Amino acid sequence: MQNSKVSQEEILAQGPQAQGEYIIEVKNVSKQFEDGKFALNNVSLSIKKGEFVTILGPSGCGKTTLLRCIAGFQVASSGDILLKGEDVTQTPPYKRPVNTVFQKYALFPHLNVFENVAFGLKMKKLEKSLIAKKVRTALKMANLTGYEEREVNTLSGGQQQRVAIARAIVNQPEVLLLDEPLSALDLKMRHDMQIELKQLHKEMGITFIYVTHDQEEALTLSDRVVVMSEGEIQQIGTPTDIYNEPINCFVADFIGESNILSGTMICDKRVRFCGHDFDCIDEGFGENQPVDVVVRPEDIYLLDNPEKGQLRGTVQTCIFKGVHYEMRVLTPDGFEFLIQDYHEFLPGREVGMLVKPEDIQIMKKERLFNTYEGEILKNNKVSFLDADWDILPEVAAQFEVGDKVQVEVEFADVDLQDYEEEGTLTGEVHFILYKGDHYHLTIRTDEGNDIEVNTNDVWDDGDRVGVVISAKDIRVKKA
Amino acid sequence: MKMKKLSDIASSRRTWAWPYVLFLGLFVVLPLVLIAYFAFTDNHGSFTIQNLVKFFTQSEAISTFLYSVFIAVLNTIICLLLGYPAAYIMAMKEFRTPQTLAILFIMPMWINFLLRTVATVELFNMVGIPLGEGALLFGLCYDYLPFMIYPIYNTLQKMDYSLIEAAQDLGANRAKCFRKVVLPLSMPGIYSGIVMVFMPTVSTFAIAELLTHNNIKLFGSLIQDYITTSDLLNYGAMLSLILLVIIGITSFFGGDEEGEKGGLI
Repeated sequence: MQNSKVSQEEILAQGPQAQGEYIIEVKNVSKQFEDGKFALNNVSLSIKKGEFVTILGPSGCGKTTLLRCIAGFQVASSGDILLKGEDVTQTPPYKRPVNTVFQKYALFPHLNVFENVAFGLKMKKLEKSLIAKKVRTALKMANLTGYEEREVNTLSGGQQQRVAIARAIVNQPEVLLLDEPLSALDLKMRHDMQIELKQLHKEMGITFIYVTHDQEEALTLSDRVVVMSEGEIQQIGTPTDIYNEPINCFVADFIGESNILSGTMICDKRVRFCGHDFDCIDEGFGENQPVDVVVRPEDIYLLDNPEKGQLRGTVQTCIFKGVHYEMRVLTPDGFEFLIQDYHEFLPGREVGMLVKPEDIQIMKKERLFNTYEGEILKNNKVSFLDADWDILPEVAAQFEVGDKVQVEVEFADVDLQDYEEEGTLTGEVHFILYKGDHYHLTIRTDEGNDIEVNTNDVWDDGDRVGVVISAKDIRVKKA
Repeated sequence: MKMKKLSDIASSRRTWAWPYVLFLGLFVVLPLVLIAYFAFTDNHGSFTIQNLVKFFTQSEAISTFLYSVFIAVLNTIICLLLGYPAAYIMAMKEFRTPQTLAILFIMPMWINFLLRTVATVELFNMVGIPLGEGALLFGLCYDYLPFMIYPIYNTLQKMDYSLIEAAQDLGANRAKCFRKVVLPLSMPGIYSGIVMVFMPTVSTFAIAELLTHNNIKLFGSLIQDYITTSDLLNYGAMLSLILLVIIGITSFFGGDEEGEKGGLI
């Protein structure tokens, strides 16, 4: 007994690196639904034995689909899923050495706690005494000793969740899949269960793949976080990596609170934003390159003397948040910062703001303006985004009808209309990013194309809009 | 003052219950009392248990009764065997059954069963199939199948699909998943279906009369015969009472499991 425990600890101490094998490999997996939409788009992910990996993303990002593909409830349209090096892409769920904890527990209502937990073992046709022993151990691990005979629908949400976990771990799966298992619990219970799950992971030493939309949960629990959006993996990394070095605006915005601003990389280790040059530690972006800058609210230091900081501003609002105060500070140039500080700075007060070089995260801008493929039409028109747009006659004169062209539109030159019918085409506000002094929106057109827009107007996610681009703002180039 | 009182009376729950109490009293309780009264009296209205004794001593009534039960059990089994798969196919989303199919299965319930039975007789005559026991079973099954399908379909459709996934996840293949999860969870629907098919089949008489040219007598037909014959009315009442008691007992068997997630009743 003692011996086996030591050896298990040794394995854990060596960590997954020492074993050097991936227990799960997801290779270029795509899942396309009947309506043609991609739930997963070329997703690749390798998970080491014993890791606690969290797949994080907003609802509809494909995280649950990915988990269901690994569990076998859904079959990938293309790509491979390997379990211990073995291709299981087409293997039915009952033949896979993985077990799932379902979002709404999915306990069998006609069976009591013991029978629920014993279900998997009975399927394996184990001996009765062995089943009883294993079930007792699992119930003990899930803190459910004494609940064997209870009917499952007499249990509280937290207890049902424990039964669901016990029912999965009793089978000693290679991989435990958890599909938002704590989302139905209240906050306090959720925190307790997080600690218990973490403990369980440590004790069992098996691989956990955990799906959640709760970024705090992901950061708390995981060895590695996989951030997903729109069926694609945005970033994979440790919780600190993801938090401190988000790879793009989506990740920065989704994980924690952040100030995201447009800036210019002047040269290595020097960046300009909000009209001020800052020292930073990032290199390799080139000179005078447009970039996005992320500063976390807790990384901006407020100073009593407005002259002392790099930026100055006036406190607009101040809210007590328990441990800290959360302030909104407006600079004279019209940039708004979200700042968290242990000290209270009352609204109306002039303050200085200071950001340390290592707290500035620089990200390459993915796009500088909208670019589309288009075609010149008759009567000074060009077609792109499945619509016909007016262009200036002198621009049209440079091309022949039927020419394939590249169309460029600045983000700030796209006008959004409340009334859809006023737009040349219509769409929906799909993603909103606050950039300090303006909003950066992504509009998804009804045809499924994206238009990025800079605006000072406030829009909500899902708002229907009409899109207008005036003729003078459409740049046309030879394709 | 008076107005207020009136509105008070009008709004109290008790007041609204009266029409129903009256209805139930007149058309459910009173007939039952009358059946019991006639069952335990003779032609002259004096108390007797002769009718009960007659049932247990006269072989015709007992054998007809047993035959009726046999036919009813057979019909219930056939309906269950035909109805369960139909309900399962309609309810399980993996089969992607179109809604119209579900409606087609349920549609016979929209039309009066006598009408359907008469149509069946005509159809059999047209094709030249002799009427008799087989025709009777066909007719019963045809008439009562929707009553089996619907409650089962209802429970299956309401079942949480993640339970099936959970069973597969825990190592159950299709067959085991069905046996250990789907079937036990659809029991309330099955009970409802059985009750709804068995009970009316035991007491049926019109279908038997039409589809066998009155050659095969079921218990229901027997009761009808006695009651229409005025001097045997009391015996007919006793047979009704016996049937009622037996149906009451059978419905008790499934009773405890129902209610919770009941199919139709």
